[in-house]
Amino acid sequence: MKKLINSPDSVITDALRGMAAAHPSLNVDVENRVIARADGPRQGKVGLVSGGGSGHEPLHGGYVGYGMLDAAAPGEVYTSPVPDQILAATKAANGGAGVVHIVKNYTGDVLNFRMAAELAEDDDIEVSSVVLNDDAAVEDSTFTAGRRGTGATVVAEKIAGAAAEEGADLATVARVATEVNERSRSFGIALHAGTVPAAGKPGFELGENEVELGVGIHGEPGRERGQMAPVRDLVAYALEAIHADMPVSGDVLVLLNGQGGTPLIELYGAFAEAAAWIEGHGARIVRNLVGNYITSLDQAGFSVTVTSLTDELVRLWDAPVQTPALRWGR
Amino acid sequence: MAFDTATATAWIIRCADEVRAAEARLTALDAAIGDGDHGANLARGLAAAVSSLTDKAPDTPGGVLVAAGRGLVAKTGGASGPLYGSGLRKAGKALGDETDADAAQLGEALHAMQTGIQELGGAAEGDKTMIDALAPAVAAFREAAPDGLAQAARAAAEAAEAGVAATVPLQARKGRASYLGERSIGHEDPGAASTAIILRALAEVTA
Repeated sequence: MKKLINSPDSVITDALRGMAAAHPSLNVDVENRVIARADGPRQGKVGLVSGGGSGHEPLHGGYVGYGMLDAAAPGEVYTSPVPDQILAATKAANGGAGVVHIVKNYTGDVLNFRMAAELAEDDDIEVSSVVLNDDAAVEDSTFTAGRRGTGATVVAEKIAGAAAEEGADLATVARVATEVNERSRSFGIALHAGTVPAAGKPGFELGENEVELGVGIHGEPGRERGQMAPVRDLVAYALEAIHADMPVSGDVLVLLNGQGGTPLIELYGAFAEAAAWIEGHGARIVRNLVGNYITSLDQAGFSVTVTSLTDELVRLWDAPVQTPALRWGR
Repeated sequence: MAFDTATATAWIIRCADEVRAAEARLTALDAAIGDGDHGANLARGLAAAVSSLTDKAPDTPGGVLVAAGRGLVAKTGGASGPLYGSGLRKAGKALGDETDADAAQLGEALHAMQTGIQELGGAAEGDKTMIDALAPAVAAFREAAPDGLAQAARAAAEAAEAGVAATVPLQARKGRASYLGERSIGHEDPGAASTAIILRALAEVTA
């Protein structure tokens, strides 16, 4: 394993120290692992908190700032944060109007956020939790832990953050986040697994001509192995999986996301194929993001997220945002 | 012998030692069908549980389990922290203020632990989770309780280990392994494996 680190044990601490040094707009508590807006909390504004395992940067800490998250709680690599940490983030985000928790649907995240919400209620902070489960690769049934939260998390955090910033109440902020989740589907394909620093070797091995279809954001293996193919075919496979689950039509937002180890030149190539496929199916990409927004350490590959838009969602997407990883209009 | 404060403390310390010794094995099991962090997480959480016992020095076996459970929830992360942590707290609360619990009382406490974990995690037997080791172990413990603590704990450890082996052919229906569908078949469940370690530790400290 060759990584740009001091030691596997100090990866998160070192990254948080770096975020503190790079972004004076953030209040980074390195010891307790909470990233909050330096200018928050704003009285009367609904707070927006997210968190999860580390290794998905810029998610979530990179989305703390004006128009998006108020605070984030990063756990160990690929491990959910603990309740005390989420509670601290919730308090840092609390302006007295309630706090929305954006939670990705993984057993550990759901359990730790639930415990944190109970602790917050004990402190008279009203918490509304929205669980993201947009991954079309997993069958949602009693036979699984349910669909995973993936790319739509970025979209939900942007749109819910905009609603909170313009003064929407707790129920409304939670509603728009829920709406994004319901109107979004994602699918990921990996070419090479990422390496968890503490593990020292890739999470799974792929042959020279193999890809992992339906891979999750933690390097957990996907549903099946497929053969390596031109980007046109891989993108079509992902979009067909999405389309089979939620027909792609009308005005859509497309997030063409890199998993951390794929260069932007390839992601743009993938976006070109996604745009052609979607246009060919009679839908229209009216908003997009291309780049590394929800990563899996150094995993090579991409995911595509399609969100079916409404006028309200477009307006909230376009609202000003100023965070380390997403900024426009301000 | 009775399950007293010293025995409860020894159990938690033994759990921490044994899980640390098995960390690489648990991580390898988890890497195969999950995300490969179970060994490291549980070792860190149990170390925190041990240090919370040093800080608080509880004076009942129930107090030991509650404090250890809190330490686990506070430091483990992932799913195993809340599940084991809440389970231990439930077990500790079931023991109440008892200073010298007998096998029957510990059996009820372990049953409370199992119920707590199932309520929180929603898993049933056969879902390929820690419950596949815990449920048969608790049943075996209660059945053997009239024979005394040592016998009951040994029966529980053996039942847990048999339960781990029985997870191999199962398809996971809970937790991250469930995303694999049929590809989860043929692997031992890491949560069941760590549960067996915890029950073997109980048998060792009560032998």
